[in-house]
Amino acid sequence: MSQITETQPPSSLQGATLPKWTPWAIAAGSVALGLGISAAAGLDSSIQWGLMAAIFFVGGSYGIAARVEGRRQAKDRVVTSLVWVAFLLAVVPLVSLIWETVKRGVKVFDGYFLTHSMGLIADDEPGGGIYHAILGTLEQVGIATVISVPVGILTAVYLVEYGRGNLAKAVTFFVDVMTGIPSIVAGLFVLSFWILILDMGPSGFAGSMALTILMLPVIVRSTEEMLKLVPNELREASLALGVPKWRTIMKVVLPTSIGGITTGVMLAVARITGETAPVLLLVWGSAFINTDPFDGPQASLPMYIYQQYANSGGAGVAYDRAWAAALTLIGFVMILNLAARGIARWKAPSTGR
Amino acid sequence: MEISTKNPDNSDNPDNADNPGNPESLEAPSRLSPPSGAEQKRAARGATRPGDRIFLGLSRGSGIFLLVIMAAIAIFLTYRSVLAISKDESNFLTTLEWNPTAAEPSFGIAVLVYGTVVSSIIAMVIAVPIAVGIALFITHYAPRRLGGAISYVIDLLAAVPSIVYGLWGALVLAPHLIGLYGWLDDYFGWTGILDWQGGAPRSLFTVGILLAIMILPIITSVSREVFRQAPQMHQEAALALGATRWEVIRMSVLPFGRSGIISASMLGLGRALGETMAVATVLSSSFEINASLLDPGGGTFAQNIASKFSEATVMGRDALIASGLVLFVITLLVNGAARMIIARRAEYSGANA
Repeated sequence: MSQITETQPPSSLQGATLPKWTPWAIAAGSVALGLGISAAAGLDSSIQWGLMAAIFFVGGSYGIAARVEGRRQAKDRVVTSLVWVAFLLAVVPLVSLIWETVKRGVKVFDGYFLTHSMGLIADDEPGGGIYHAILGTLEQVGIATVISVPVGILTAVYLVEYGRGNLAKAVTFFVDVMTGIPSIVAGLFVLSFWILILDMGPSGFAGSMALTILMLPVIVRSTEEMLKLVPNELREASLALGVPKWRTIMKVVLPTSIGGITTGVMLAVARITGETAPVLLLVWGSAFINTDPFDGPQASLPMYIYQQYANSGGAGVAYDRAWAAALTLIGFVMILNLAARGIARWKAPSTGR
Repeated sequence: MEISTKNPDNSDNPDNADNPGNPESLEAPSRLSPPSGAEQKRAARGATRPGDRIFLGLSRGSGIFLLVIMAAIAIFLTYRSVLAISKDESNFLTTLEWNPTAAEPSFGIAVLVYGTVVSSIIAMVIAVPIAVGIALFITHYAPRRLGGAISYVIDLLAAVPSIVYGLWGALVLAPHLIGLYGWLDDYFGWTGILDWQGGAPRSLFTVGILLAIMILPIITSVSREVFRQAPQMHQEAALALGATRWEVIRMSVLPFGRSGIISASMLGLGRALGETMAVATVLSSSFEINASLLDPGGGTFAQNIASKFSEATVMGRDALIASGLVLFVITLLVNGAARMIIARRAEYSGANA
């Protein structure tokens, strides 16, 4: 490779390297170039100059690095910048999503909005709120949670503590498969047997059943992972004291992993709170307050957003309400997520990696 | 009790002779050590006390309940679909119209297959490279603290409900894409598939971009976990030989993670195929196949179900259920394949860490 000549000091066994600030300089240069070109060509889309700047950055760093440091280093730099570009490309829409939701959502988001329903208010009139939708969402998600938490945890206990052989293999496989069921298919299933065959009307409970199907596999999976983290020594110690297996599970295994299980349940709740499709098929939505989840159509938050968007005919006030409801929904889901992760960190089993 | 008393007699473990104490304590190790086939069966069946038997019954029952749900989904959807398809006057697979409520019902899924496949392909083409880039960024490029923060944010973004993505896609993303559409039409319009008539940018292309944003988090998080588990020794060996960071990744990380990336992509594909509300909100649908990706029109399975549902009669719903069954089967195949790939490389599952 490169030989040390007399003119070079011995410390330069390394090839020539670019100074550390080079990537920043190239980035600034390419952003400026992108902005300049789009200003000169009269392009008004910010996506365009962003893309152009990204291309200039990648090309520029390859060219400069290939000159100074050699081809291999240049390739390394290109990949580094590509990875950075990928990261930025992903962050832009995500930041925009949160930003727009907050910005447009706070317009009508206040105490009145949270405590009133849409009864007697047409979709293109101002006013109204999401009280009925919050109520419906809480009830539907609550019922789904009450059904799926015990079933999910027991299934996970079966898989980890008892399950061997074909039944356990089948359950594991179908839990995985169930994770991928599209929410609309879960909705169609409940529709086909509950509404079309048993001839029941739409109700919050019908929606809860579909949500249960979506929630179960998530709970089973996360609980299973948590139970597997419980050290075998604990089980052995308990069994060695003559404690029956079921009491070992109830008193030793589950309490040890309760933090992780709670996290999994909360993440599952957060996931199904935002499901719209099954609610659309099974609960139908309503402008009025309906506190009985077993009788008659109910509203729900995601459903409310969709209806305000779809039925408004482009009325601005309806869009404002949709954004405010979206803000409420995101806020709820994010708080659940943050709390869940907090619990996971706080109660992590000591054997965790 | 019978089991536990028989056990020590047959075993030739010398410790048993020294400790003839409580038979319960002798029972424990035989349950917990990874035993031979016969012993495994006994361990699974090893419920000797009433409490144990009830608990085993409950947890096994939950597992079976899960299987029953899966079977019921398949059976009920098939049943209603058969009802619908038997009345279909035209070929269910190739017909380009959707008139299940007409006197002579005629409906087919050709348009839906096209729209679903095209939008998912666009989503995959955009999302997979970016997601792999972000995963590499988190594991190998970003400073440790920043990487942790980013993966946290990415996980949170997976929790944003799809209806919010839909609202954002329709009211924020679509207007911003006009510039890009014009540019694509100017330079690539001659290809036919990127020809744009100037309508609102609510086409399959926009849907593909939105789906890409939505499936980024799941692909990122799965491939991130895989890259984390790439053997450290290989990477250090490569570095010691003077490889650049990109060469380390190409030679030791990517080969290790290849099947992980594939299965992560397929999990993302499963999401994209079944996504309902975001597509229903953004796409201005029509029952036709456009050669151009940029012109509005087309539809996907899930979107068609959600938007046709409100106007459907019983026959119409059965027809929608038939299309839902097709979607169910497709997602089953995709997810099943992804899980098989993951299962083949058992070291990916975090459980055996």
